[in-house]
Amino acid sequence: MADAHKLEIFRGLLKFKSNTQKIWGVLVFLTIVTAIEVALGITKPEALIDTSFLGMKLLNWIFIILTLVKAYYIAWDFMHLRDEKSSLRRTIVWTPIFLVLYLVFILLVEANYIYSVFKDGFVTWNF
Amino acid sequence: MDSTVTTGAEENVWGGGNRPLGASYGKLMMWFFLVSDALTFSGFLAAYGFSRFKFIETWPIADEVFTHVPFFHGNYPMIYVAFMTFILIMSSVTMVLAVDAGHRMKKNSVIWYMFLTIIGGAIFVGSQAWEWATFIKGDYGAVETRGGRILQFVKADTGERAALADFAKTLPGERVMHERKNGLWFYDEGYQPSYSLNEVLEGFKDNSNILVRTETINAEGEKVVLSREEAMTKLQNASQVVEGANLIQNEYGSRLFADFFFFITGFHGFHVFSGVMINLIIFFNVALGTYEKRGHYEMVEKVGLYWHFVDLVWVFVFTFFYLV
Repeated sequence: MADAHKLEIFRGLLKFKSNTQKIWGVLVFLTIVTAIEVALGITKPEALIDTSFLGMKLLNWIFIILTLVKAYYIAWDFMHLRDEKSSLRRTIVWTPIFLVLYLVFILLVEANYIYSVFKDGFVTWNF
Repeated sequence: MDSTVTTGAEENVWGGGNRPLGASYGKLMMWFFLVSDALTFSGFLAAYGFSRFKFIETWPIADEVFTHVPFFHGNYPMIYVAFMTFILIMSSVTMVLAVDAGHRMKKNSVIWYMFLTIIGGAIFVGSQAWEWATFIKGDYGAVETRGGRILQFVKADTGERAALADFAKTLPGERVMHERKNGLWFYDEGYQPSYSLNEVLEGFKDNSNILVRTETINAEGEKVVLSREEAMTKLQNASQVVEGANLIQNEYGSRLFADFFFFITGFHGFHVFSGVMINLIIFFNVALGTYEKRGHYEMVEKVGLYWHFVDLVWVFVFTFFYLV
């Protein structure tokens, strides 16, 4: 495993000569993504805030997608999942993804319901 | 490397020779731990999402809460957290470089990179401690109503936030805080806000430039500011002055926000701290030549997995606590 590093990222768009070089390349990429996130967080472009998609602001969707992109590169290149067997990779990745999606789905739907009870029900809480 | 008793059937699939995941015992166990730990953090973040969706119209805006940078005055939202994120990613990079140097059996580079990783982790934990201290100390101060809601103050002409000290009156004849040296030595009164509720209310009545800001967020994503008359009726419900945040009170808005801040960043900070400690142990082992004698640096790789995981979690905490 140690000598068999896969040295290309972005599906082969970018190839590196050595593992060290790939690490620095990934760092540059992660820094750029973080910089974009912070810039969007500070400026908060009107267009992205006003548009809503699936009950959430477009800007928030962008943040979540960029986070998942970052998580992918940290897991694949820093935790070298890219070099592991696909069976190990799938075990590690899909188990939490399934469980977390399930939990988040349940909790957010329930929270939305409680929100509507607070809003329309006979509950006084904002006084 | 393997401590299993080897028999002749090693190459046979049903004789124990099969390695479906192709990873050593230690590495696999580290991954087991990380997956379960990831689920713990997900539980925290999902609970945060639950509370936030429940109070979606009154949740504090993170940009207005975390605005400080050490040694600088002024309003710099996000900058310091972005710096912390960068430090953690950077220390992740030096960790991979240490693992990579370990594979090539370069002891001195491993020592050097491990050292840099530890420094990065220490800077991060220090920054988090500073962030906690700033959050606990508070910014402007606010008034809490009987219903546990927060009313903040803004200046009418500029729209900026107004600190209690900007308008509160100092009234004579108010009660004095009990100190141990005069009276019951075994009884400590604890923290008292710098202004009493009465002083804040009187100051508000006399100063027409001050308006009240509620927790409610309007369609533009800004907190609703009340007119003077509305504010007067709202302030009749005021019950106490709140400065800073703890597990019970929170001048920034919903109490749950402070609770989740302490729990999630605290749990993460604890991970970073233990990561630094484990890194230190491995660092000394590397320096003493333990892994050189063993013939491989797999321990560095395993502790590296943990360290990257801490970074991975921070990426999510950063998004869900500070950005979204």
